[in-house]
Amino acid sequence: MKRFTLLSALMLFIPALAQPASAAVRVFACEPEWGALAREIGGDEVSVFTATHALQDPHHIQARPSLIARMRRADLVIATGAQLEIGWLPVLLRQAANPRVQPGQPGYLAAADYVQKLDVPARVDRALGDIHPAGNPHIQTDPRNIGRVAAALAERLQQIDPQHAAAYAARYANFARRWQQALARWPRPDRARAASASHEPRRTGSRHSRARAGRRHPGAGHPCADGHPGAATRHRVH
Amino acid sequence: MDNLFYGSLTISLRPQGGAAVEEAYAQTLNMPLGLTLKMGRFFSGIGYLNQFHAHHDDFIDRPLPYRALLNNQFGDDGVQLKWLAPTDAYLELGGELLRGDAFPGGGAAFRGAGTWSAFAHTGGDVGFSNSWKGGVSWLQTRPLRRQAFDNNGNAIGAFSGRSKLLVGDFVWKWAPNGNPINRNFRFQAEAFYRIEHGLFGAVNPTAAYDGRQFGWYAEGVYQFMPRWRAGFRHAELRARNSGPAVAPGGVLDSQGRRSWRDSLLLGFANSEFSRIRLQVSRDASRPKVDYQLSMQYLMLLGAHGAHQF
Repeated sequence: MKRFTLLSALMLFIPALAQPASAAVRVFACEPEWGALAREIGGDEVSVFTATHALQDPHHIQARPSLIARMRRADLVIATGAQLEIGWLPVLLRQAANPRVQPGQPGYLAAADYVQKLDVPARVDRALGDIHPAGNPHIQTDPRNIGRVAAALAERLQQIDPQHAAAYAARYANFARRWQQALARWPRPDRARAASASHEPRRTGSRHSRARAGRRHPGAGHPCADGHPGAATRHRVH
Repeated sequence: MDNLFYGSLTISLRPQGGAAVEEAYAQTLNMPLGLTLKMGRFFSGIGYLNQFHAHHDDFIDRPLPYRALLNNQFGDDGVQLKWLAPTDAYLELGGELLRGDAFPGGGAAFRGAGTWSAFAHTGGDVGFSNSWKGGVSWLQTRPLRRQAFDNNGNAIGAFSGRSKLLVGDFVWKWAPNGNPINRNFRFQAEAFYRIEHGLFGAVNPTAAYDGRQFGWYAEGVYQFMPRWRAGFRHAELRARNSGPAVAPGGVLDSQGRRSWRDSLLLGFANSEFSRIRLQVSRDASRPKVDYQLSMQYLMLLGAHGAHQF
């Protein structure tokens, strides 16, 4: 009788201790494009939280409590890197108390590590404004870079969640095929139209004029030497 | 410092010569279970403003309760352990064990573990444009012959006993669509309640003393256009001290007076690295009301890490 009671008590506990059948990989995406990419490659296997939205300038985010709490349980952090998030991501990583997503760990993915960065400055001087020493970090405006990052993301998801590796591989293959078809469809970059069109894919990243970004004085706010436009004019990925 | 630890060192150069180590600590990055351990000399995590270095403030000086109850900023040597709850809602609990040499402590009681603290903070977002953080903290210390000085630097007494401080803090930040560059607003308030009881005396602590002090401040700073911001702060302090040590009209007798100070601020910040501000204050913390005008420039050379929320 005692053994039966103990066994039944254990059986009540086991469902609580067992892993749920579909434990989603928690992804913390710093910008919406990486969140969208994670949903494409990850599908149902991932649950994505995006730290910023399209109307926000990712240079000027604060490491606020809601972001700290979300990063605490993240399995994978996807950042652009190249010091784009240097104003807030290091503080967030320090405060989130999550060893899995520290730089160098599998849970930290910097998209800029997988593309060739342009406009690496010869001289780094604050008199030039707020420049990026590692090169132009607005890599998402070149759709070919998205393809490269997608490959890296698929590989990283397989590393973190080997149980669903086949699903990630299949979703990536599907995405890569559709992306190649879209690349062939989209017009090639045209420098003559660089100042006007905001949705054209641009090889050199977003080289909008300062006026477009609403920055008239070199010292106003934090102008980038590359004159970034802010997220509102970001190229939306389909 | 490496993949396991983050470190910070802050040394200030005194105008009269010499250097003081304000902060020198190491903090873990890789502890499991959401724990973070900080060890060394650091500003305590109680309250909200206490953990920030003074240059980060919008106002030129610290609020009245900080100046009176925490000697501007409370920092000591010891360890701090924080735990971040694994929830989508932010909840952080922390505790510290400190040497007990820094005001409101003194004398490093219990063989160098005279001060301890505990705090809890929570926070969140409201829509895209608002975020807030609030919490409660407790600071308890056992001063041993803690000296008190007057404005001329003369020792006027020593206190031994127990000192307990309760702090509540709240900060609310608004930025249109979460973009603080052009316009943003911050509201910040903290309240303090201190209980001290023990012995006080001119040279040796001999007479019984029971002190109750209450203070609070609230400030609002509005950046109305890029690079420019304006702010207002009101701070109050009240004391109700009793016991044989409180001689009528003496240093411990507040005579039922309420101290307060209002400050108006105008700040210009070309970037994070060059800041100029103008502050006008109406100071009624002493018997005579005093008007104070201050101007400060803050120039940062070299790289500087981001601040906390």
